[in-house]
Amino acid sequence: MSERAAKITPADDEQHDDQIADGAAPDAATETDAESERTPVTTGAEAVVRALENAGVEYAFGVQGGAIMPVYDALYDSDITHVTMAHEQGAAHAADAYGIVSGDPGVCLATSGPGATNLVTGIADADMDSDPLLALTGQVPTEFVGNDAFQETDTTGVTTPITKDNTFSSDSDRVGTDVSEAFALAREGRPGPTLVDLPKDVTNGETDREPDAPRVPDTYEVQERADSDIVAAAAERIETAARPVLLLGGGVIKGGASEACREFAIEHDIPVITTMPGLGSFPEDHELSLEMAGMHGTGYANMAITHCDTLIGIGTRFDDRLTGGIETFAPDAEVIHVDIDPAEISKNIHADYPLVGDAETVVEQLSEAVDSSPEATKWRAQCQQWKSDYSMAYDAPTDGPVQPEFVVEALDEATSDHAIVTTGVGQHQMWACQYWTFTEPRTWVSSHGLGTMGYGLPSAIGARLAADDDQEVVCVDGDGSFLMTLQGLSVAVRENLDITVAVLNNEYIGMVRQWQDAFFEGRHSASDYHWMPEFDKLAEAFGAKGFRIDDYDDVAESIDAAVAYDGPSVIDVHIDPDANVYPMVPSGGDNGQFALTEDQL
Amino acid sequence: MKRGLDGPAPEERPTPAGRRNKQGIRIDPEVEATHEPRRTVISALVEHEPGVLSDVSGLFSRRQFNIESLTVGPTEDEDLARITIVVEEPDPGIDQVEKQLRKLVPVISVRELEPDAMRRELALIKVEADRPDQVAAVADMYDGNTVDSSPETATIEVTGARQKIEAAVDTFSQFGIREISRTGTTALARGTDQTAAFGTAQPATEANHDRQSTQSADDD
Ligand SMILES: Cc1ncc(C[n+]2csc(CCOP(=O)(O)OP(=O)(O)O)c2C)c(N)n1
Repeated sequence: MSERAAKITPADDEQHDDQIADGAAPDAATETDAESERTPVTTGAEAVVRALENAGVEYAFGVQGGAIMPVYDALYDSDITHVTMAHEQGAAHAADAYGIVSGDPGVCLATSGPGATNLVTGIADADMDSDPLLALTGQVPTEFVGNDAFQETDTTGVTTPITKDNTFSSDSDRVGTDVSEAFALAREGRPGPTLVDLPKDVTNGETDREPDAPRVPDTYEVQERADSDIVAAAAERIETAARPVLLLGGGVIKGGASEACREFAIEHDIPVITTMPGLGSFPEDHELSLEMAGMHGTGYANMAITHCDTLIGIGTRFDDRLTGGIETFAPDAEVIHVDIDPAEISKNIHADYPLVGDAETVVEQLSEAVDSSPEATKWRAQCQQWKSDYSMAYDAPTDGPVQPEFVVEALDEATSDHAIVTTGVGQHQMWACQYWTFTEPRTWVSSHGLGTMGYGLPSAIGARLAADDDQEVVCVDGDGSFLMTLQGLSVAVRENLDITVAVLNNEYIGMVRQWQDAFFEGRHSASDYHWMPEFDKLAEAFGAKGFRIDDYDDVAESIDAAVAYDGPSVIDVHIDPDANVYPMVPSGGDNGQFALTEDQL
Repeated sequence: MKRGLDGPAPEERPTPAGRRNKQGIRIDPEVEATHEPRRTVISALVEHEPGVLSDVSGLFSRRQFNIESLTVGPTEDEDLARITIVVEEPDPGIDQVEKQLRKLVPVISVRELEPDAMRRELALIKVEADRPDQVAAVADMYDGNTVDSSPETATIEVTGARQKIEAAVDTFSQFGIREISRTGTTALARGTDQTAAFGTAQPATEANHDRQSTQSADDD
């Protein structure tokens, strides 16, 4: 487990909570010398910033504007580093990635109206992926609210369906505590985005109220331990399983349960599959790993999930990209489902053994309850057989166009096991899933649930600031995705962030082109992007380092140079425009019936 | 150049015999469990703060729950409100409604009421007053009160279970109905059974799927 992952283990969290309970932490009067010297707050905006400081916030990402100006004015005197983004969508993605890598909520700021609406995509993205995120939005003064004032948007109304919780702050004495509470809520239990809307009169208003410590409201209850009777029954099921499989989802990483799951799988010799958000929870170079299942998962993972008799799903919400058609998903399996959110239990796939609780705690409960390992020698041999039957091999003749899989593998080679990968959305994202060998949690940063093109570069910025100095950050992007948020390069250059962007440039929005070829008779309606700029030159125009790859001879050299470059670099990789992603389970199809070639679709 | 990966083609692969139904439940060859929709009452105690009603109603629309009525009003505690929701869903859907509601931060407790809970609805029915004696007689039949009358119209207030209101509306229609306004159902559990109280946020192990009958909660 990486040091960073260790940083957010529940043990530490408990300690943190204890401090808060003792009133030791954020009480300004009794704090350490440095903190007791802090000047008392005098305005709502100062209370907002104080709340962030109390929560240990180091970075905030945002864009200035009229309604949020009081908060920025208060930030001026704070030690929090504000990273000015080129677009608010980037601010939300950067904060989201910061949250994924660090485990603590990332913070983004925007003004009212257009600032707030520009955050919406990033908030929705964080919501779908249960990433901890705190969004602070300016709002027009309370007396204008509801009057269609200049730059007014009903931000809490707009974001209700895409936030874990949001608050319209209406009182300068309360605003700091609103922010503290929102911060705590974003992180606690199943993480997610929270938002506080800050009317200008509230942030400008006078107050001497220091914000309360980050603490979730009393009505928010999280169950840590699963029902012991069901644990016992599930343990018995595992002991007697003939064809068991562990399915690790994003919740494993968020819950800091990767280590516990590894130990459990290895002790009982149970093959492991991950979902896409679960990449990194289990080392893909381990013999038990079958890698990722789902629409573009490996053939062996999909065979195993289809034929298992006991499916232990941990921190997964059984998204349709994973399950394919419900009727044919793990059709022989009894399902043991561990999740901290009771609403995930039996939402999509009925859980025969519902285990509500914190992933790490429940896996430890299971570990204690399972007395003997399942007898699954034949099953494991079968899984290994599938691994060779359906190996992820590809042809890369050196006289042909560069194959994307080769580029992903070369990038993986050129970087350490701890390197962080971010992506846009499309074929390149799937190649990154398939051909990068993930071994550590919190090294995979991608837009899973929402599938947001343009996520790659801004998330690389957030990941870079959360990462350790010696962790490389590589963004594997698509040409279409990169084009959506590449103004973020200006930020990377200004902050001199050491990021390598590899644009897998096929002059198509390739995933759409692949579907058009498969399902729309090759009619390339609006998917042909022959008007792409030269990304290496564009990078140079921003002040970043540009590279271009046209054939295999350039690959190693350019990648090494780009990774070595101390600052943002962009490699425009001209790949085979016709390359497609396989295996593929057509939408709603049977996972076991994945296609290996186009004519099997 | 080859496009795609090697390996046995789909038709060469074994497929397991089992299946799941649309609700993700593994089909046991002996009992095929599919749940039919049923109508039930869910009561939620919530913090009385702005936005909570839209949180709840938004949740219903975006998750496509089949909602029949939703009423909200203050309780004995001025900081709390009670929301009463009538839904028609299969058991897994009802289970989801409860769990998703519980996730909303201002929601304190949620519970599905027993079929014998008291359920009431109020209707104002404005009818033509050509035959005032008969209108009064029908109103009597349903324990209704005439709350307004004019030379042309009479407005009758009827309270009771939904079926009773429906029957009343049916009977009044013989006079010609001008307008109707109904409140939707509000409900409380019987006797000492608490409808929704602090600390009832049940650990959502598994919802009680055996609750079969929904009939006659309405005991008038
Ligand atoms: C914001 C947004 N708009 C549209 C889509 C639909 N979409 C999914 S994949 C894809 C193609 C992506 O193209 P590109 O970024 O060039 O990556 P490639 O598939 O070529 O690797 C599109 C348009 C999306 N996911 N997100």
